[in-house]
Amino acid sequence: MSRRAKIACYAVMVVLAVPFVFPTWWMITASLLPANEVLAYPPKLFPTQPQWENYRTAFTDFPLAQQYFNSLYIAVLVTLGTMFFSSLAGYAFARIRFRGEKLFALILIGLMVPSEVTIIPLFRVVDDLGLTNTHWPLIVVPIFGAPSVLATFVMRQFFLTIPGELEEAGRLDGLSRFGLYRRVALPIAKPALAAVAIFTFLNTWNFFLEPLVYLTDKSRFTLPVALTQYVDVYGGHLWNVQLAAATTTVVPVLVVFIVAQRQFVEGLAQSGLKG
Amino acid sequence: MTWTSKKREELTGWLFIAPQALGFLAFVVAPLVAVVWYSFQDVNLLAGTSEFAGAGNYAKLFDDPTAPKVARATAIFCVGLVVLNLALALSLALLLNLKLRGTTVFRTVFFSPVVVTLVAWTIVWNFLLQDNGGINALLQTIGVEGPNWLRGNGTAMLSVIVVQVLKNVGLNMVLFLAALQGIPSSIMEASQLDGAGPWRRFRSVILPMISPTTLLTAIITVAGALQVFAQIQVLTLGGPADSTNVLVFYFYQQAFANHDLGYGSALAVVLFLVILVLTLLQWRMRRRWVFHES
Repeated sequence: MSRRAKIACYAVMVVLAVPFVFPTWWMITASLLPANEVLAYPPKLFPTQPQWENYRTAFTDFPLAQQYFNSLYIAVLVTLGTMFFSSLAGYAFARIRFRGEKLFALILIGLMVPSEVTIIPLFRVVDDLGLTNTHWPLIVVPIFGAPSVLATFVMRQFFLTIPGELEEAGRLDGLSRFGLYRRVALPIAKPALAAVAIFTFLNTWNFFLEPLVYLTDKSRFTLPVALTQYVDVYGGHLWNVQLAAATTTVVPVLVVFIVAQRQFVEGLAQSGLKG
Repeated sequence: MTWTSKKREELTGWLFIAPQALGFLAFVVAPLVAVVWYSFQDVNLLAGTSEFAGAGNYAKLFDDPTAPKVARATAIFCVGLVVLNLALALSLALLLNLKLRGTTVFRTVFFSPVVVTLVAWTIVWNFLLQDNGGINALLQTIGVEGPNWLRGNGTAMLSVIVVQVLKNVGLNMVLFLAALQGIPSSIMEASQLDGAGPWRRFRSVILPMISPTTLLTAIITVAGALQVFAQIQVLTLGGPADSTNVLVFYFYQQAFANHDLGYGSALAVVLFLVILVLTLLQWRMRRRWVFHES
């Protein structure tokens, strides 16, 4: 490629990068500004005297610590549960010859059933069981319901690629089916599991409609719903405090990505999702 | 294989899929049947009663003056989002695939909004797009008077679409990038030797080679576009004049703000049918435009 073309490519990428980086940059900047400077003109693009107490206010004036914990434990439980049950089902669909195999095509319908479609009946059942305003529907439904179908699909596609000789060797060592799954298949499936972990964590972390429907107490809220509540008694936005709270919610996702990303890219490539 | 080991395999298989299969029955199949049933009922939550309404809820849909606006907003949002998202994702992937130095940094940049919590991302844009917000302040420094983006009839929908595209385009970009890297270099070299220019190579080699990925991303993006909710709730509440009142937002309002579960269920059934039809349509069209299938 010519030097000119290269420079043009870099220029295009730099210009395109602005709307991707700018909002996050501004979120962090504004979260460190005093209230009277948040909407100042000319705009403040760098906080001269960072107001760290905005972060303290986000935690002291609102039950953010509790809401943070709620989001975190729900996302972790759903992620671990999905990884376990979908790898189990995916394994059976890929490696075991049994009549239930045919159910796989049926289960794929789940990919086309968004949670909005089923939430009214689920809400009524949850309500009848007296489980509204608890975290039960936010944990159990995603692990076993439609959101886990994609995970089962990814796991099955991955398990299909395992060579049969590997399992034969395990069988000669006297491993049972569960042993083969646990000791042979799962260790190789780390990239696929990482992909499932990232997808599931991200999805659960972003849940908005479900907590909005099921939860009523502020202390039970998860972060996405909680983040919309940062208003003063007159309904005015507390922008700097709200953006401080918003900034803190990025941390757990970042951690999950740093831990799993390398394997995630590999997992995407190997799970047949690539063209 | 002996008879007993065959039987054991059968049982093990069922045990392995049991948690998922039972969950699927309880949390997908049963509520799917139930929501269709509810859509033919008049549900009164306060009185705790439910009575058969025939096609009443669907008739209401045809008489509802808001319904055409919702259909229009949903269609504009979906088409705008899908076209913009796929075009941008593919362009970014092509740029990053040039293997220039430093492209990993740009890949991280374009992917970074995916990491930001959806509602956090939406709140920042709500903050930036208000009348006296950051975008207009920046426009003002170059002497341009910006509109009130989220309250303007023409600009609200555009804003919502752009905010959503920027949030998630990184995911599709990664999928396209993986597909581009899967094209055998021998094919690219051969076409180059045959004297194909960049545009010709893009049309005749790259596009057909990545068509399965395009199909997958299109299906996922269409389904995702139909489900957009948090963004509308935070940014526009469906306004102005219902111009951003998309199906799921209207569904939420009817079912959970107005407590009209019967009508809400009818809207949910419509949502399901739309997704079903669009997915099957795309799946059938794959014979026309998907070049190779494994």
